[in-house]
Amino acid sequence: MNKVFTRPKSLKDVPFHYCPGCTHGIAHRLVTEVIDELGIIDTTIGVGPVGCSVFVTNYFECDMFQGSHGRAPAVATGIKRVLPGRVVFTYQGDGDLAAIGTGEIVHAAGRGEQITVIFINNGIYAMTGGQMAPTTLLGQKTKTTPYGRDKVINGFPIKVCEMLTPLDGTSYIARVAVNTPKNIIQAKKAIKKSFQVQMAGAGFSLVEVLSTCPTNWGLSPIEAVKWVEEKMIPYYPLGEYKVPAGVV
Amino acid sequence: MARVTFRAARCKACELCTTVCPKKIIIMSRHINDMGYHPATVEEQEKCTGCALCAMICPDMVIEVEREEKRA
Amino acid sequence: MSKILMKGNEAIGEGAVRAGCRYFFGYPITPQSELTHYLAKRLPEVGGLYLQAESEVASINMVYGAAGAGARVMTSSSGPGISLMQEGLSYLAGAELPCVVVNMMRGGPGLGNIAPSQSDYYQATRGGGHGDYHLIVLAPNSVQEILDLMEKSFDLSDRYRNPVMVMADGIMGQMMEPVELAEEFSVAVPPRPWAATGIKDRGHKNLINSLYVVPEELERHNLELSAKYRVIREKEQLCEEYMAEDAEIMLVSFGTASRISRAVVEKARSLGIPAGLIRPITLWPFPSDAVGRYAGRVKCFLTVEMNMGQMVDDVRLAVQGKAPVYHCGRVGGMVPVARDVLAEVGRLYGGGND
Repeated sequence: MNKVFTRPKSLKDVPFHYCPGCTHGIAHRLVTEVIDELGIIDTTIGVGPVGCSVFVTNYFECDMFQGSHGRAPAVATGIKRVLPGRVVFTYQGDGDLAAIGTGEIVHAAGRGEQITVIFINNGIYAMTGGQMAPTTLLGQKTKTTPYGRDKVINGFPIKVCEMLTPLDGTSYIARVAVNTPKNIIQAKKAIKKSFQVQMAGAGFSLVEVLSTCPTNWGLSPIEAVKWVEEKMIPYYPLGEYKVPAGVV
Repeated sequence: MARVTFRAARCKACELCTTVCPKKIIIMSRHINDMGYHPATVEEQEKCTGCALCAMICPDMVIEVEREEKRA
Repeated sequence: MSKILMKGNEAIGEGAVRAGCRYFFGYPITPQSELTHYLAKRLPEVGGLYLQAESEVASINMVYGAAGAGARVMTSSSGPGISLMQEGLSYLAGAELPCVVVNMMRGGPGLGNIAPSQSDYYQATRGGGHGDYHLIVLAPNSVQEILDLMEKSFDLSDRYRNPVMVMADGIMGQMMEPVELAEEFSVAVPPRPWAATGIKDRGHKNLINSLYVVPEELERHNLELSAKYRVIREKEQLCEEYMAEDAEIMLVSFGTASRISRAVVEKARSLGIPAGLIRPITLWPFPSDAVGRYAGRVKCFLTVEMNMGQMVDDVRLAVQGKAPVYHCGRVGGMVPVARDVLAEVGRLYGGGND
């Protein structure tokens, strides 16, 4: 019999520290599957975030940078400008990218940096104990919105793909989810495209991945993937928001 | 013919795999692993089609899938 | 007065509320996140606002706005976030705005770790933002003292129109101790005639500003700030002395490390070593007067700090070469062990470094 499903070589064979049902594990696997399939582990450099996935720098077997909170797109810019022949990606959460790092992501996108951004959106700050994120939904209870997110106090959740798409510097923008096998298959296709866009020199690519946080949502893993389907996807529609012509 | 192997020591019992198996053959073991979880497992291997949906949704790379490729 | 069990992080929040603070702008970072949870719940109960900012840079600028608009306001963070706030702190000091900033110190440099440390002493007492300014810096060492110092920090901040920093660490944020809490409390926020609240009702314009394009004017402004700092140095030095009167070896220690040092002094005394402790409560202004008073009377000083040796510089300055000054401590989130510090005390007292 042939192995039809095994661990990607680019993913270190160590246990993940993530909670049961946390879809960081799926996202890590998809990115490393893509790195394996494209054969680019030797020429790929990644920049990690601050958040639960701060340890992504341990799990990926390619060269990795640990960056300060939110600044990964700037770090990636520095790397790619010095090493334009390398594949440079960032892996960021919703606090990292959509809160403290909004300046950096907007300008990396605006400059059309030839980098790939993997944006993990689980609508909460998990590493620090479950506070509101810019992508927390209205009414959602978190440790810092104990009465539910109120639009008067905290405004509206931020839609990153919709926000970045109008920037002329962006080339490939897609939003996917990893809560069902069907969505996971689409997510991998989008992630692969985002790397291929960079490799073709076609510009800035970002894939937003709707993800779960069972622990801080107060849900079981099975309930959490349902929450993504029923609550997150209606607010954050899936799809390719921008695709460069003639590249993939 | 297909076979799934569960690396029980890595399973955190999130149970996502049990919800996607079209043959509904994934169950949670009675024993616990070193982390204190009841690892997922399959006893009725003969019913496995090797679709790999379970492996796809597992966040912890617990599941390996083997399948006999049909010859043309 | 009721006595209740309270967590350090929560005591900061409750102390601030009782001091009349009604605005908190901040960003989560371990080990102070529970303070944000506490205030997110508590501030609306007293008609206040907890607003989670997008970053520490935004937080400190929101504090700048709220302070300039006349409110009692605070923020809190830990090493990496406090570093981001440095520009804002320089602006706050330059514009002479009151506010309280809490630093729950963690292991550094860089991302470091989330375990406790005291390695931001230089940053707090020597700037760490640009320009000639000082923060008033307070260092509690118990949950009760946190409660008491929070009120003092807002008072000092208003009295001198200067930012005040409260330094604690991961242990103090997490530990729970019994505290005395008054059932009722009243708040008296002093008036702020300088605040920019709109010209209406005031008749003249107020400007919140730190820009003085003409060098002669900026020099004059700096001299005025300096005069203010001189007064603070004269009047606001605060420390606690423990068995210091007849001490021959003087420990100097603040915050969590001071609790260990106190135990070391007691044990040393039981072994016949006349040790004493000076515990700075204000890190700026450093209690140089108290330290200087003992400079000619002791064999040596030993700072016990959770860093590579930072407060030891201030002790040396206060001692003015009249006695040797040593440092011991642990770093990276490690906490000094009393047994080890005692061994060092014994070694130095026995002429170890002579």
